[in-house]
Amino acid sequence: MSEKKKLVMIGNGMAGVRAIEEILEANPDMFDITIFGAEKYPNYNRIMLSPVLAGDTTIDDIILNDEQWYADHGITLHLGKRVTDIRRGHKKVVAEDGTEVEYDNLIIATGSNPFIIPIPGHDKQGVMAFRDIDDCDAMFEAAKKYKKAAVIGGGLLGLEAAKGLLHLGMDVTVIHDQATLMNMQLDAVAGEMLRAELEEQGMKFRVSTLTTEVLGEERVSGLRFKDGSELECDLLIMAVGIRPNKQLAEECGIYCNRGIVVNDYMQTVTDPSVYSVGECAEHRGVAYGLVAPLFEQARVLAWQITGQGLKTYEGSVVSTKLKISGVDVFSAGDFMGGPGADVIELMDRVGGVYKKLVLEDDRIKGVVMFGDTADGPTFFQWMQDGKDVSELRSTLLFSASGLGDSGHSGLDQASQMADDTIVCGCNGISKRQIVDAVVKEGLTTRKEITACTKAAGSCGGCAGLVDQILAATLGTAFVESDHEPICACTELNHEQVKEQIRNRKLTMVREVMHALGWEGEGCQVCRPAINYYIGMIWPEEAEDDRTSRIANERMHANIQKDGTFSVIPRIYGGETTPDDLIRIATVARKYNVPTVKITGGQRIDLLGVKKEDLIPMWKDLNMPSGYAYGKALRTVKTCVGSEWCRFGTQNSTALGIHLEKELERMWFPAKVKLAVSGCPRNCAEATIKDVGIVGVDGGWEIHCGGNGGVHVVATELLCIVETAEEVEEIVKAYLQHYRETGRHNERCAPWQQRVGLESIKAAVVDDIDNRKALVERLHQYLATQDRDPWAERIEDAEKENLKTFAEYRPIDIPVKVEA
Amino acid sequence: MSNWIHICKLDEIPKSAARTVRAGDTVIAVFRLSDDRVRAVENRCPHRQGPLADGIISGDDILCPLHNWRIHLESGEVAPPDSGCVKTYAVRVEDGQVMLSLG
Ligand code: SRM
Ligand SMILES: Cc1cc2nc3c(=O)[nH]c(=O)nc-3n(C[C@H](O)[C@H](O)[C@H](O)COP(=O)(O)OP(=O)(O)OC[C@H]3O[C@@H](n4cnc5c(N)ncnc54)[C@H](O)[C@@H]3O)c2cc1C
Ligand code: SF4
Ligand code: FES
Repeated sequence: MSEKKKLVMIGNGMAGVRAIEEILEANPDMFDITIFGAEKYPNYNRIMLSPVLAGDTTIDDIILNDEQWYADHGITLHLGKRVTDIRRGHKKVVAEDGTEVEYDNLIIATGSNPFIIPIPGHDKQGVMAFRDIDDCDAMFEAAKKYKKAAVIGGGLLGLEAAKGLLHLGMDVTVIHDQATLMNMQLDAVAGEMLRAELEEQGMKFRVSTLTTEVLGEERVSGLRFKDGSELECDLLIMAVGIRPNKQLAEECGIYCNRGIVVNDYMQTVTDPSVYSVGECAEHRGVAYGLVAPLFEQARVLAWQITGQGLKTYEGSVVSTKLKISGVDVFSAGDFMGGPGADVIELMDRVGGVYKKLVLEDDRIKGVVMFGDTADGPTFFQWMQDGKDVSELRSTLLFSASGLGDSGHSGLDQASQMADDTIVCGCNGISKRQIVDAVVKEGLTTRKEITACTKAAGSCGGCAGLVDQILAATLGTAFVESDHEPICACTELNHEQVKEQIRNRKLTMVREVMHALGWEGEGCQVCRPAINYYIGMIWPEEAEDDRTSRIANERMHANIQKDGTFSVIPRIYGGETTPDDLIRIATVARKYNVPTVKITGGQRIDLLGVKKEDLIPMWKDLNMPSGYAYGKALRTVKTCVGSEWCRFGTQNSTALGIHLEKELERMWFPAKVKLAVSGCPRNCAEATIKDVGIVGVDGGWEIHCGGNGGVHVVATELLCIVETAEEVEEIVKAYLQHYRETGRHNERCAPWQQRVGLESIKAAVVDDIDNRKALVERLHQYLATQDRDPWAERIEDAEKENLKTFAEYRPIDIPVKVEA
Repeated sequence: MSNWIHICKLDEIPKSAARTVRAGDTVIAVFRLSDDRVRAVENRCPHRQGPLADGIISGDDILCPLHNWRIHLESGEVAPPDSGCVKTYAVRVEDGQVMLSLG
């Protein structure tokens, strides 16, 4: 434990810090981390400097990780300290002030330097680049004193800078050496439309113009061009491109070409202990200048450095969006389309809309859009997927979102959706409502969207889609964050709350909220979570708070849309008896149950039961509760197995029934479903369950972390054992480990993806002492759950124990209410 | 505001919970808040008729059990971003007895 490896990172920018976040996510305890940043600010969203300059947001709002974040993660941060030397022989780095730090692994994430054209006069005062907060501040200052600005470079960055200066009240001319603005991203037609739009906003242009000299004494006073003409200016921004910042790496003998050359794992090809990520890195000949690919690189780096497994970076195709309000431009791929290319175009001069697709073999090769860019991300996705669009050809440019059925590929459903498509089915929130909220309210996180629109606030099934819409709306400025507070009632996240409950021995929901400074009385998100955590951490001492349970878990039945309930008794392993069936049938008749349904979980659902009938009905049924309403053990699905099946190698039914009986009263962070199949034909569909057991010749495979719901996830193989006893022990340990480390409402599959199969294996398979300890804690907990909840309620009713029983019983008053 | 009807003893409503009162075809949810104040509203969420009595009480609000709309029990107003209003009824506690007015 104490032997942590030392990780040093040079460069405290967007790509590097993202890599650190990914590393902490993959394995929070592996490294002692030190970061050097030449700038004096913690990591901020460089992309947003343009909106800052244009007055749409402020510096304070673009900080991504404040200094507290570094402290919270035990990261040693050296701000305002440039590293000047890497001594690979001694495995240490040296900073300009002499600070020396040793490393086991080094990450070079030094970004890039703006390119300054070395024409005469380029070093005069008032000549600058647009790269960081200091540049931004300098422009704010200059705009107070000076009036005339020139920007060399009519690309993305140059135009955004020009727009900002315009906003600051300066007279701005953009000088571009090509005829077309943003010629790297736009064809001549779109470039022309862009220019007209920006001229409308007050920007001036000199295109096809080469600057030969910067004029002035100490400070710039003007420019001279190749044709001999001149332009007056007292501020000059050079935005003509960036160069990977590779100097430091080159000096210490790491192989560099355009940038620092790395392999598909983001390791430098020279030294496997040294990694590089971001704009400074060159991968397969490309150094990227947009964050989306850099974030992808960051994830691969994290996987590799923490030994999570083999994930490779294969390079990225990028798309661009211009962040100038009122101007919609989108471009991706090879959009020029040389002679003979298959091009579809739509031009609406009056409406100011232009769309162009370049196709090859019925597949999109490039796209340019101006004015209406809504379908940009869809086309971009289709381009990456290599989708055959021949069928859609005739209507393609009118609206891609309304077409096609390719929604199921997961990753990019959001951009395929038409604006009025419902995203959050629970709350009926459309894509347009989400986009509007993001744009109008300036939202940047899913949590804010949920607070504002409710989307993703209920079942959470659409959270991924909401994230995608957010990402698409914000462009690459979107940053996923994982350590968000539980809900709006608190600043604390799940881990922090659990830790406090443990350390301070808090055993009551209200006590927790009080001790941890909750706002108000809590809500349907935090209160059930706290109630679960206290019961999990202090099984014997905790006081279950019924009022902090959602309706289903309080009533022990599923509430239906009309306020009636459903009743699902346990049918262990899906195996029943004639007597039970008769009893169920009799009860269904007696209470006029409108619908009797065989569920997808191998049992029987009695739907449409009135609240006041629940308790009498349970009594007549005289069967245990099936917990179909709870974050609890649901079904253990089984197949017929070796008892009957001609292929069966193991008695899956018996094992399933046994497991269900052992685990039946367990509560979890989220519902848990098991299945046991008798052979690899897997009729019980074990490999999409939270835990799935598959019989093989001479043993059992234990699979875990699957999910058959909103996002289908197949299980991963945990281990193979010989006996049913071992299965039981390991499954119990796995589930207890999940109970202890899962976040409330996080099912096994995302939990397993978050903590990693390897760490789970270590805890429940390899470390036998830990396994036994987990099982023991589980048994201690189960001992407190000794009674069936339906039986308890029946008893409450008989004893007239109003505390739990009253809610089931309406009060009739002999009065009519006039409408 | 005159016709006060006796409903039940305060103790017959668990703390931070509700009971339903049926008056002909109308169902009213009577809530006992965490500080023993009582509130009564029609047991029909303005969204899709969710049974409000089955929700979670948070301070002076009820969170509908079906889709979590938040409704202020005193005014009957739905909290933003949703909107709407549920009918409220006067209710009070007198000598430990809950009295409701349908007035
Ligand atoms: C009754 C049943 C449908 C049926 O008629 O077959 C059912 C009914 C409901 N499912 Fe289900 N699910 C049923 C099997 C499944 C299955 C199949 C299975 O278990 O083998 C799945 C996919 C497998 C899985 O969970 O991985 C399934 C995935 C879901 C999900 C999505 C979960 C996810 O993680 O993505 C939800 C939503 C949720 O839990 O938030 C859900 C939620 C619901 C709820 C509880 C909705 C709700 O909150 O009110 C439905 C309750 C209706 C009711 O009152 O009875 N149900 N549900 C099945 C009950 C099985 C049982 O005997 O207990
Ligand atoms: C105004 C502007 C607008 C942009 N808009 C977009 C956009 O819309 N979409 C998009 O995808 N991208 C955009 N970008 C590009 C994006 O910001 C970069 O691709 C991204 O920030 C690169 O991340 P990085 O970590 O590689 O480099 P950086 O974020 O630049 O981080 C590198 C850091 O390393 C530090 N450093 C360098 N050398 C040393 C040293 N020796 N010792 C210590 N520290 C050192 C630097 O000071 C810097 O802070 C924009 C960039 C700018 C400037
Ligand atoms: S899983 Fe195998 S043994 Fe079991 S029923 Fe299916 S085929 Fe038969
Ligand atoms: S019915 Fe109440 S929130 Fe939908």
